[in-house]
Amino acid sequence: MERLLDAKQIDAALHKLCQAVAADCADPTHLVVIGVRSRGEVLAERLATRLARQFNRSVPCGTLDITLYRDDLNDPQGEGQPTVRSTEIDFNVDGRLVLLVDDVLHTGRSVRAAMDALVDLGRPRAIRLAVLVDRGGREFPIQANYVGIHPDVPDDQAVRVHLTETDGRDEVVVD
Amino acid sequence: MARRRTDKFRWRHKHLLGLRDLRRGEIEHILDTAEGFEEISTRSIKKAPVLRGKVVVNMFFEDSTRTRNSFTLAANRLSADVIEFTKTASSVSKGETLIDTARNLEAMGIDIVVIRHGAGGAPKLVSRSINACVVNAGDGFNEHPTQALLDVYTIRKVCGGFEGLKVGIVGDIAHSRVARSNIWALSKLGAQVILIGPPTLMPSCVEQLPVRVSYSLDAVLEELDVINMLRIQFERLGGNPFPSVREYSHFFGLTVDRMKRAKPDLVVMHPGPINRGLEIESEVADGPNSVILQQVAHGLAVRMAVLFLVHQAAIEEQREHRQKHRG
Repeated sequence: MERLLDAKQIDAALHKLCQAVAADCADPTHLVVIGVRSRGEVLAERLATRLARQFNRSVPCGTLDITLYRDDLNDPQGEGQPTVRSTEIDFNVDGRLVLLVDDVLHTGRSVRAAMDALVDLGRPRAIRLAVLVDRGGREFPIQANYVGIHPDVPDDQAVRVHLTETDGRDEVVVD
Repeated sequence: MARRRTDKFRWRHKHLLGLRDLRRGEIEHILDTAEGFEEISTRSIKKAPVLRGKVVVNMFFEDSTRTRNSFTLAANRLSADVIEFTKTASSVSKGETLIDTARNLEAMGIDIVVIRHGAGGAPKLVSRSINACVVNAGDGFNEHPTQALLDVYTIRKVCGGFEGLKVGIVGDIAHSRVARSNIWALSKLGAQVILIGPPTLMPSCVEQLPVRVSYSLDAVLEELDVINMLRIQFERLGGNPFPSVREYSHFFGLTVDRMKRAKPDLVVMHPGPINRGLEIESEVADGPNSVILQQVAHGLAVRMAVLFLVHQAAIEEQREHRQKHRG
């Protein structure tokens, strides 16, 4: 098991992501942050807090559950039974600039599912993607706008993001 | 209620025939899953691609508007195609047997059968003769699992849990599959069930059920946290179970007067359709303690969850079959 990021480095990566988003966002009035369950949810909350401080105004934050939109949902060769949780977005996404947040970008399939789920909720003005780790290995033509780190990870290894809120500590490891 | 669930639960039942044979954890898993589906009905696009390309058949051998529409809408919201089958407009009126009807429908490539039948055990019989998933939408005096699930889902939402809760079920218990499914679900979840009604409307062998029985509503009214008023089903009543409708109403009707003596936050439920002024007064049915319309809304989420889960179990079965033949 190799460690890619420790708590301090995760904090620095989030700082970098926040600065990059802020630099692109001249008008934060319509900015909202939406995290993909479950690690993306925690990262989205942290980013929204940072962006709120940056802009000195509140930035709405929500959580998207993509289970029902997964392309392997009814695939007997898929991973096994998924657990359905709720999507919790208590604001309208119409006309908003949505910053979609996930922990790891790999095949691009989760992001495809997340975008399908989002457009069923309304019509955002734009969707931008921020991820903590882009490990490559895309199967769909999807690219992130903001990336924390780009490690080279062999196909047979998994990148795991652990966060204090869900796992008791902050670190990113490969195993 | 946003409860964080981290454990992976595998739902293994391809059919939902009743709640009697389910474990507590399984019932809770259906309720948890339903929470995730409730949000779909609040969106501008009230659909998710969960059962896209799948076919659900509504096989109703008895009248129903609420349950049938609820299942149809639930299946539509999951993007499934729905075939409506009615007894009168089918070959059943030409003498076809239940199993033949089901097998013929299956030959058309259906995935889930939702069945309501006057004979208890009919859904089980169908589940043994076809490969598709079977969901019981009410069979005879046996069970009506999705109604009880939406009842307990509503109770969990309103009361927060079941420990120490006293739930009264009032009326014609003997002819009520809703009562039967509720008794199984509530007792497994840890609530205390009190059956209330005249002795003539109590089922035989009631002492074998995990319940308390009271022949007087007034005797237990003040203890209750939840009261579920069953409809007097005139179409099922034989003989003279009570002297007159007025007398029944007098002793077992939920009136404004009785509400004054009950706990102030008593939760009032009714599976519908309501006989206003008979088992429940209009002011109570439409009053602040009533959750009757919430029950209907919750029914949709619960039925979406059930259709999703039975179909997932069917996929799981294929998955295991594949692995067995590979290994």
